Amino acid sequence: MSPRFKPGDAVTVRRAYPPGHLRTPHYIRGQAGVVERICGSFPNPEELAFGRDGLPARPLYRVRFVQKQIWPDYRGAQADTIEIEIYEHWLEPATEGKTHA
Amino acid sequence: MRGYHDIGGLPLGAIDRAQHDYALWEKRVDAMLVLLSSKNLITTDELRLGIETLGADAYERLSYYERWIASIARALVARGVLTTDELGRRMAEAGQRPEQDA
Repeated sequence: MSPRFKPGDAVTVRRAYPPGHLRTPHYIRGQAGVVERICGSFPNPEELAFGRDGLPARPLYRVRFVQKQIWPDYRGAQADTIEIEIYEHWLEPATEGKTHA
Repeated sequence: MRGYHDIGGLPLGAIDRAQHDYALWEKRVDAMLVLLSSKNLITTDELRLGIETLGADAYERLSYYERWIASIARALVARGVLTTDELGRRMAEAGQRPEQDA
């Protein structure tokens, strides 16, 4: 699968709660960030968890979020960021005007 | 639903940073996972799913490598590498042996 997003794209993490093994942390779902890099494509861990091959491989992105935006009571520097690796099927193009990263 | 393991951001107090030695059985469990992975008999994600479906009570009660071996056993049965009968018999046998290591 060719990557849907490129570095610099504003994205929103899907607010989804499927059962199974998920590598998208609960606290980041629904949050807006910016693609920092494309990490490559890898078998889908959600499928690997059930003993299947996880193919086709899914693009994985490193997405950058602003700490202050994720944790309202964050006491560090305003500019601090957190980067999380997230598979493409968890990302959507950001809604206009909602990104700050 | 939030998994009981997915605790990022929850207020759970200080982290215990004390170091400890590993018991021989813990090293064996670690080695077993490496070997099984190299033979494509388990993936990290199967290990994780098994741990994430132990149930909150067992997850809290079991130590790190106890969670691993419970999950490894379940995955190997699911894949047909072991049967529950074999596993049960060997566990009963092992339970009869004197303690070998702490």
